[in-house]
Amino acid sequence: MQNSSESEDPKSESGRRKFLKTGLALTGTALTGSVRAAAPPWMTRPGAPLSNYGQPSPHERAVIRWVAANADAPGNGISWTPLERLEGIVTPSGLHFERHHNGVPQIDPAVHRLAVHGLVGQASSFGIDDLLRYPMTSRLCFIECGGNSNAGWHREPIQAPAGNIHGLASCSEWTGVPLATVLEECGVQPNAKWLIAEGADAAAMNVSIPLDKALDDALLALYQNGERLRPENGYPLRLVLPGWEGVTNVKWLHRLQLADQPAMARNETAKYTELLPSGQARQFSFVMEAKSVITHPFAGQTLPGPGLHQISGLAWSGRGTIRRVEVSTDGGQTWRDATLDSPILPKCFTRFRLPWRWDGSPAVLKSRATDETGYVQPERQTLIAERGRHGYFHYNAIVSSAVAADGSVSHVYA
Amino acid sequence: MSMRDPILAVFLALASTPALAAPEGPRLGQALEPAAISALDITVFPDGTGLPPGQGTAVEGKAVYDARCAACHGPDGSGGSAEELAGGRNPLTSAEPDKTIGTYWPYASTVFDFIRRSMPLDAPRSLGNDEVYAVTAYLLHANGIIGERDRLDATTLPKIRMPNAAGFVWAYPERQSP
Repeated sequence: MQNSSESEDPKSESGRRKFLKTGLALTGTALTGSVRAAAPPWMTRPGAPLSNYGQPSPHERAVIRWVAANADAPGNGISWTPLERLEGIVTPSGLHFERHHNGVPQIDPAVHRLAVHGLVGQASSFGIDDLLRYPMTSRLCFIECGGNSNAGWHREPIQAPAGNIHGLASCSEWTGVPLATVLEECGVQPNAKWLIAEGADAAAMNVSIPLDKALDDALLALYQNGERLRPENGYPLRLVLPGWEGVTNVKWLHRLQLADQPAMARNETAKYTELLPSGQARQFSFVMEAKSVITHPFAGQTLPGPGLHQISGLAWSGRGTIRRVEVSTDGGQTWRDATLDSPILPKCFTRFRLPWRWDGSPAVLKSRATDETGYVQPERQTLIAERGRHGYFHYNAIVSSAVAADGSVSHVYA
Repeated sequence: MSMRDPILAVFLALASTPALAAPEGPRLGQALEPAAISALDITVFPDGTGLPPGQGTAVEGKAVYDARCAACHGPDGSGGSAEELAGGRNPLTSAEPDKTIGTYWPYASTVFDFIRRSMPLDAPRSLGNDEVYAVTAYLLHANGIIGERDRLDATTLPKIRMPNAAGFVWAYPERQSP
């Protein structure tokens, strides 16, 4: 392996400039004229050399995850994907949202192992190199934190770009070993009903997962978007449960315990449960229901003027494929079907688009997703009537933004 | 809960014929011995399965709490920068419900399990089992659930009935909690 890009080496850079200056002086008389003068600088000198690992343009340095954490516990926080700065359906790995309960462990894959025990025929342990030899499969799917969009429960809309409200959701191509393959090898006992999954982080994060999901489409993910997982996304091994609440997709996975009952861990009782107006709380609310959000235009943006604009955004459902996304530009009085970009995959981000000719008068934009089960994303007042205000998790109501006559876009409840 | 009898375990594994549509793997798993499992297995279930030997009372736990927990969670389980553990007054149906251990957590086992695996935040796994039992007892006492001299151990802890034990409805699978 070479060292990092030579273009970052000041010696190399100054050396190249010196060469260019000398060259320019020698041939200066031949280079006068309009063609030369009109050319931008990047067309008049050699570009940067090859690099070992590409980085975004420095002009894109504002496209970052927004981080929120208690200063006293900086490893216990979140960072949001900047949804309004991205296109398509794949989230770059370095911009995938984060939720950590006690920091990002730096794990040596040579010593990390996955233990499978409890109600199995043969308790077993697998090294990462072992798992890399198993048959793998890839799928594109979203992961969404149960707490995503929870600012929506507030009485007043917060003014922030789409990503800072709804960006605890990201979508990647995950590649790994079907969990069913490993469970079959270990031998699942008939009385096993739950799988307790535990991470090797400083929180030893654990959740209970019904065995039917584990045997259905759960993945022991080793790769994300073609490369090995990033540390903040669970390197070297994470559980991926397509369509299910982010917390169940246990990162830094090191232990799977088959049991006849759930563990009733802190993060499935005290947290990630939704208190209802009755005083009862929903528990094991694993599936993320259908949802959509317009990412262009977004709150905080100012449209440059009337004329043709493209409304675009993302829709997803934990129950399957997005069948339809409707968009309203008049606050929900009338709706039009948006176009869905291919691919349209189950439990995956789906990109929707609709051309919109803005006449310069105030408008309210909304999007409404319907999934293959017929479930329709609810209006905010409907969700609040059903769940109350203290559910905290699983907010999936229709989002509204207002475009003012001056083109400024703000988040509204409408 | 866990299968202690290896002969029975093998029998059950042979008896079950899981109809998994999973691709065949190269079978590289290494057998895990019981000692290796018990070194890894820190899960504590509501029925007490997984609770280790040890014991503690709220009186003993106060010293541990003051030294290791109070800086973040406040002097009596509330008022710190970290979440509220005790002192909840508003019921869950009120406009500003308090979700403390006493008002919200359905099982005492969860308190023990979470402290042992995750706390304190700056030094997880640094408390001994007696200390975890004692701090658990302190927090249950601070929530008015047990007396300050009630001794918590693997037998007494799972017998505690938490105030909000019946407060949850399972959303998945689509059925009610037991």
